[in-house]
Amino acid sequence: MFEVRLHGRGGQGVVTAAELLSIAAFLEGRHAQAFPSFGSERTGAPVVSFCRIDDKSIRLREPILEPDAVIVQDPTLLGAVQVFQGLKPRGYALINSKKSLADLGIETALGGLPDGHVQVVPATELAVHHVGRPLPNAALLGAFAAITGLLRFASVEAAIRQKFKGPVGEANVAAAQAAFDATQPAPEDAPC
Amino acid sequence: MLKQIEGSRAVAEAVARCRPEVICAYPISPQTHIVEACGELVKSGELENCEYINVESEFAALSVAIGASAAGARTYTATASQGLLFMAEAVYNASGLGLPIVMTIGNRAIGAPINIWNDHSDSMSMRDAGWIQLFAETNQEAVDLHIQAFALAEKLSCPVMVCMDGFILTHAYERLEIPDQAAVDAFLPPFQPRQVLDPAAPYSIGAMVGPEAFMEVRYLAHDKQLQALDVIPEIQAAFTQQFGRDSGGLLHSYNCEHAATVVVTMGSLAGTVKDAVDELRLEGPKVGVVSLSCYRPFPAAALREALAEARRVIVVEKCLAPGFGGIVSTDLRMALQGVDCHVKTVIAGLGGRPITRPSLQSMLRRALKGELADLHFLDLNRGMVDRELANQRRGIASGPIAENLLKDVAIHGDAD
Repeated sequence: MFEVRLHGRGGQGVVTAAELLSIAAFLEGRHAQAFPSFGSERTGAPVVSFCRIDDKSIRLREPILEPDAVIVQDPTLLGAVQVFQGLKPRGYALINSKKSLADLGIETALGGLPDGHVQVVPATELAVHHVGRPLPNAALLGAFAAITGLLRFASVEAAIRQKFKGPVGEANVAAAQAAFDATQPAPEDAPC
Repeated sequence: MLKQIEGSRAVAEAVARCRPEVICAYPISPQTHIVEACGELVKSGELENCEYINVESEFAALSVAIGASAAGARTYTATASQGLLFMAEAVYNASGLGLPIVMTIGNRAIGAPINIWNDHSDSMSMRDAGWIQLFAETNQEAVDLHIQAFALAEKLSCPVMVCMDGFILTHAYERLEIPDQAAVDAFLPPFQPRQVLDPAAPYSIGAMVGPEAFMEVRYLAHDKQLQALDVIPEIQAAFTQQFGRDSGGLLHSYNCEHAATVVVTMGSLAGTVKDAVDELRLEGPKVGVVSLSCYRPFPAAALREALAEARRVIVVEKCLAPGFGGIVSTDLRMALQGVDCHVKTVIAGLGGRPITRPSLQSMLRRALKGELADLHFLDLNRGMVDRELANQRRGIASGPIAENLLKDVAIHGDAD
């Protein structure tokens, strides 16, 4: 089982991102369970969502405490929420930021992860460029497919198109593609 | 059709396949997505011959449902938490009148303090209202139970609540099989009401009944629930034959053969418990799991059979009777009268407190060593409780409890 925890703020499509991830996995014939952790459902408040992916049906219903990957949709959470808590020693961290890891000051926190498992992607900027709105979720999923190799980009693309029809879907696919192209695969085989 | 779909949306699609003629509802978290999706299906024309009625409150939602059902329409509604409390009078009326309404409960805690998260306090408050109460373990079962619920309700002329855990199920995206319309049509015949309000052939429904017959009316309501104990497995068998899944029935039993210790639970918790006991199996003792799919009527005989080999039963329940303890476990103790078996009550997950494998396993290790109290509160923050009790002992004007505890969390964090 591969477990992903997504952190962001209300209004950034954090819950939708987990759902898209689950749809992409479903399209590859796998079992996936996406669910939100509803705190206060206010725009701007910290929000967490989760996605489990497995080759067999998933019975577990607890929140994800030891994720294989963490996606941070909003870098302003880095100082406010323990976003990397429980992250597995060979896990992945993907952070939406135009800054470098050094500038974000989180290299120490993630120092133990293997090379290439921690990356930043300017997802908000890519979303503004392609979609016209600062919604970084689709771009981050493109980057997630690249860094982990867990899902084919075509599946992410199809999931986005399934959820968002027409020009909105195409614009989000373009943002995801740009992020996928800009992200280096971690130097090892897919984990699951 | 196999889909990756949200639980709420899947339930709405399943309800639509049952061809309801009236849907009336008032939105409340975590049920909102279900009734929104129902509204969309009516508006888009995908669900034909159905009137979707926006009402101004939950009381109106069930009152309109009562009227529609009495007029012979297959009727559906849904609610949660305070919404169910607000419609309480109508809940009793629907069952008292014997109207086969199907209502989804997106299980949620009851305030105050306000809490939108999952536990079973809401449907528990209506456990004696004369409705059949079914509990879904998974979203697939939630889909399947709704189709069975209409068949059950109409066969017995009794309303049915389908309870599904709020957020944990209602908001989870999963791979689900949504039955085809033709298959549902083959399983569920058109509604043939036992009683219809018809201007062409007028009669009364719901007249006053005095002491001369009220006991008998109530006894017949009890008898109807007892009939359901036979009808529910029959409908499950017919459903399995049509759809190939064994959703529903009275209970699900997991690894109970030769298990001296069995956990009994309801709803979506069962999956986590199964994973927890499977991992615990690596350490040694076998622990079985029983999840109740039907809470009212209470399946006493089926439980006695499922727990025949158990000497220790741990009921993990998401509800609390303050001043006493467990609710499901009390029913279970009654069902096991005369059986040599200890029943422990574990209150867990109130107001959405996550129930994790490590917590369950640590509780089970204590139970296996005989160290678990008769009434245990899983992951209760004892330090927080003791600090507030000390605060209250300091003087009568100790302030509002909920706000005091939030301050305590801010100071001490949420670790015990």
